[in-house]
Amino acid sequence: MKSIKSEMAGTVLEVKVEAGDTVTQGQELVIMESMKMEVPVLSTQSGKVSSVSKNVGDFVNEGETLVEIE
Amino acid sequence: METFSEVKSRVLKGGSQKNHDKNTQSKKLFARKRVDLLFDKDTFIEDGMFANCKDAELPADGVITGLGKIAGRVVAVMANDSTVKAGSWGARTVEKIIRIQETAERLMCPLFYLVDSAGARLTDQVEMFPGRRHAGRIFRNEVHLSGRVPQICLLFGPSAAGGAYIPAFCDVVFMNDGNASMYLGSPRMAEMVIGEKVTLEEMGGAKMHCSVSGCGDFLCASEEEAIEKAKKYLSYLPSNWTSSTVASKSINPEKNPSEIKTILPESPTRAYEMRTVIKCIVDKDSFLEVKELYAKELLTGFARLNGQSIGIVANQPLVKGGVLFVESANKAARFIQICNAYSIPLLFLADVPGFMIGSKIEKEGMIRAGAKMIHAVSSARVPKISLIIRKAFGAGLYAMCGPSYDTDAVLALPSASIAVMGPEPAINAVYFNKIQELNPEDKKKFMQEKIEEYNKDIDLYRLAGELIIDHIVDFEETRTELIKRFDAYSLAARKLSSPAPILPM
Repeated sequence: MKSIKSEMAGTVLEVKVEAGDTVTQGQELVIMESMKMEVPVLSTQSGKVSSVSKNVGDFVNEGETLVEIE
Repeated sequence: METFSEVKSRVLKGGSQKNHDKNTQSKKLFARKRVDLLFDKDTFIEDGMFANCKDAELPADGVITGLGKIAGRVVAVMANDSTVKAGSWGARTVEKIIRIQETAERLMCPLFYLVDSAGARLTDQVEMFPGRRHAGRIFRNEVHLSGRVPQICLLFGPSAAGGAYIPAFCDVVFMNDGNASMYLGSPRMAEMVIGEKVTLEEMGGAKMHCSVSGCGDFLCASEEEAIEKAKKYLSYLPSNWTSSTVASKSINPEKNPSEIKTILPESPTRAYEMRTVIKCIVDKDSFLEVKELYAKELLTGFARLNGQSIGIVANQPLVKGGVLFVESANKAARFIQICNAYSIPLLFLADVPGFMIGSKIEKEGMIRAGAKMIHAVSSARVPKISLIIRKAFGAGLYAMCGPSYDTDAVLALPSASIAVMGPEPAINAVYFNKIQELNPEDKKKFMQEKIEEYNKDIDLYRLAGELIIDHIVDFEETRTELIKRFDAYSLAARKLSSPAPILPM
């Protein structure tokens, strides 16, 4: 299990995967908005998404988990 | 009685076969082999080879020191021999290191530290630890040499406790992944003293130091790779603070500068890879990124422009929106200081939304780190060009060498914009009360109107018209414009009147 965490504080702009999806390393999982910029959050490994813990519009602090991959 | 040649060959062999085998198993080269790989063939001259030679256990007292040539330039070296008492420091070891530092100062030549050492020999501590010409002097000398001659560390094994400060005071540290480590207290000591259970790799390994702590600059897969990279690094630098860099043959860039236009996304908030922009500007394959794995929202590195050595500081929109954080501000400040110390012109590629805000980053001391970066920018006396690629907002403009910083030229691409902040937050700040009173529909209309007004106010042609930026450069002209300008500004190469020491990270 690998937790993909937010690298900076911001809000969730777009969630591009859901539980059960197969993802590859480097794939965009979530797009955050921070400092008026779009910040893509990429998967650090290939695997299956086991859960997505944030919704569009949620505030996320640095280091919070966005997606879990197994 | 041993003959001279027997003594010499015994010393040249280093430590016991068992220790050599142990090193081979962990893919470590013999210290003398490392020195061979570093220098041009048959150029090495050694001092202190016979240090402690009467003691069969201590050939060269565990460190090799001397002079050699790299690409024809004289360079000094010290190399720990980990087959001798794990490369630990005795009295002669310390004296030899101090002497090679003094030699580097006398000859004003670069100094390489090939580190692989367990630290002080506790049995010899009174002879090597506390006194005037003991271990503390090594660090004092590193600080004294800082900014006078390049000091380059290749970390091939441990640098433990006090020894960890050898890399910390160097300009740059190449770490061999798997073998290199830096730590003040070993995992065993951490468990004993503070109760923490942690592995050496987690606490002081090369990956950690190159990506988290910032103590390492280059993560290398092998010793050979580290040596090659370190030589390449040196090729961008002069031998000392008063001499000039050596130009190489100009090579066309990997990509056509006109491609910059297509790299930039239509949406001003969308991310893109700044390295691709760099490929459109500098000589092909010449960008040597420094601290590639650390604070990735900002790129630093040396490159060649028309064969000339330059330093690049560039925002990286692909990571964290290119926003400046504590780590990236420190990384930039340090790199700028290195370029300044060795008279290497600086190119800033700006696409920066500003410094990070929020309670977390304020607690980390964002303002302190930002001040450090702006301090380095202000103090740098080398030719400086700031090229605004897309946006330069707020103090980000200052940090990326905006017009107020004795910048030789602030150039803008047609895609550029400069402002205290982006349109939306600016309008929210000015009309906050009014916006609160409006219903959603009116609010949207109001925002749109004001954004248009705001964008007119910060219009690029207006900024050029008011002489805030010096020139607007077409995408395809980017490289030739920079070449011509750096060439012109080199006339005013503001040589430092005294050395500029480089502060540790």
